[in-house]
Amino acid sequence: MLLAVAVAAFMTVDARGAWAFVLPFRGVKVLALLLVAYAIGVSTVLFQTVTENRILTPSIMGFDALYVVLQTTLVFTIGSARLAAVDPHLRFGVEVLLMVGFAGVLFRWLFTGARRSLHLLLLAGIVLGVLFRSVSSFLQRLIDPNEFAVLQDALFASFNAVDTELLGVAAVLVGAASVVAWRGRHAYDVLLLGRPTATALGVEHQRAVTRVLVVVAVLVSVSTALVGPVTFFGLLVAHLAYRVVGSHRHRHVLPAAAMVAAITLVGGQAVLEHMLGLDTALSVVVELLGGLVLLSLLVREGRR
Amino acid sequence: MIRVSGAVKAYGATRVVDGVDLELAPGGVTSIIGPNGAGKSTLLSCVARLLELDGGTVTVDGLDVHRTPGDVLARRLSVLRQDNHLTARLTVRDLVGFGRYPWSKGRPTPDDERHVVEALAFLELEAFADRYLDELSGGQRQRAFVAMVLCQGTDYVLLDEPLNNLDLRHAVAMMRLLRRAADELGRTVVVVLHDVNVAAAYSDVVVAMRDGVVVHQGPPSQLMRTDVLRDVYDLELTVHHLDGRPVAVPVL
Ligand SMILES: Nc1ncnc2c1ncn2[C@@H]1O[C@H](COP(=O)(O)OP(=O)(O)OP(=O)(O)O)[C@@H](O)[C@H]1O
Ligand SMILES: [Mg+2]
Repeated sequence: MLLAVAVAAFMTVDARGAWAFVLPFRGVKVLALLLVAYAIGVSTVLFQTVTENRILTPSIMGFDALYVVLQTTLVFTIGSARLAAVDPHLRFGVEVLLMVGFAGVLFRWLFTGARRSLHLLLLAGIVLGVLFRSVSSFLQRLIDPNEFAVLQDALFASFNAVDTELLGVAAVLVGAASVVAWRGRHAYDVLLLGRPTATALGVEHQRAVTRVLVVVAVLVSVSTALVGPVTFFGLLVAHLAYRVVGSHRHRHVLPAAAMVAAITLVGGQAVLEHMLGLDTALSVVVELLGGLVLLSLLVREGRR
Repeated sequence: MIRVSGAVKAYGATRVVDGVDLELAPGGVTSIIGPNGAGKSTLLSCVARLLELDGGTVTVDGLDVHRTPGDVLARRLSVLRQDNHLTARLTVRDLVGFGRYPWSKGRPTPDDERHVVEALAFLELEAFADRYLDELSGGQRQRAFVAMVLCQGTDYVLLDEPLNNLDLRHAVAMMRLLRRAADELGRTVVVVLHDVNVAAAYSDVVVAMRDGVVVHQGPPSQLMRTDVLRDVYDLELTVHHLDGRPVAVPVL
């Protein structure tokens, strides 16, 4: 319901000019935002389940920074001229594959070995994030300005400047990832009990975690490609979803997270962009709120 | 039949399970006793494939536990660990319901529901069924975890110190329950205990471990002797017979 209102508001409020232009234009944007919201909501919940905590999220652990590094490296090594000749869908596909590979190796190593402390993981995530970001900016400095212009298109996508070209492939990828995720929904409930108990109940922990990390890598690739990195949005919506649902079951939590994310994103964008005429505000507001959630969680964790 | 042969588990250079050979016949209650750090929990975790072995094999009914698909094994063997803590916030009923996962795969049938209700009743948890685990006392929580394990309905049940936190009445009830599971349902129960008198009273076989090896295995009557107990615990215990039952008492 709320979602429908949000979408309607986004589509119609403050629409100047011909409907024939406005509707398809905004329609595409809404679709993109919905896709992003879904990807971020679902990936965050799944990630928190397999890592057995409610604080780390893919973006805090540097997933989207990793994606940016891959994008940059690709431009750097292949060159924008040759890359421009490549079908963007193909390029996106290659990026996603690389992402799955790298994230798979790196994060599987972090999360399937011995149980590590939350603070160690958080630290690892921050270090990885900084590392990825500095590698990216280092490479971006080395790239010559013409090439950089190409990159910029890809890198500086945001909630306001959604990269809509890839919408089709993105939707397909998200669909595929969702099928995989949905089929495992009961096993994820068991993963919440921790590795030993999950193993005792017959869930192959390593395999399940690897599968989730692949799904998360795909979803993060999609959202980063469409709107760029967003750090705390996932945390915010995941916690709203846990609150709303009040059950541990993924068959309730996952749809709720997607729903909450969609309402926040589309509704927020409708209000800020079309009603208040603010341009960059949504990401700022979301990051601020998300950051506050993170802080309060850390403080609470510290008190226990 | 649980067959452990040449089991080795090492942390760094220390072999905390150091070449254990053990055969446990199906049916009956087997207790594992031994001092702190003897390797009891480690051995139990290896048998339940929660830990990888560094050497040797463990088979249950001929199935190598580290090779058999996890869900196949989960329908034959269940395990309670020594410490259970959860990050998720669950009610007792939810937790116990998870015990049915190997059978229901998340879609419980009426039969699964029946098992849950039974397990809750066996452990006298009905009054707490809809409470969250973090709202229970230590002993109530321990019973909830045991209920989950029993609910799994497996032929082999491994329990690491199930009497932790339990008051005397519930401890006795627990041991009687395990006895019944073995006698009436034909389950094979392996249980780590600290109280030799309880072990002697309720088990068919007692296995004593020390420094990663099995130092004694046999019926309670063979265990309850001053020299055997001294080898296990480095402690002088006199064994008395009360109503025909052996009771070990430390020398003051
Ligand atoms: N993860 C680990 N890393 C290093 N050493 C370990 C680890 N886990 C257990 N140990 C060591 O292995 C030995 C056996 O531990 P285990 O938990 O099996 O003992 P236990 O017989 O169950 O003792 P308790 O009666 O206290 O429960 C101990 O000396 C312990 O310090
Ligand atoms: Mg132990």
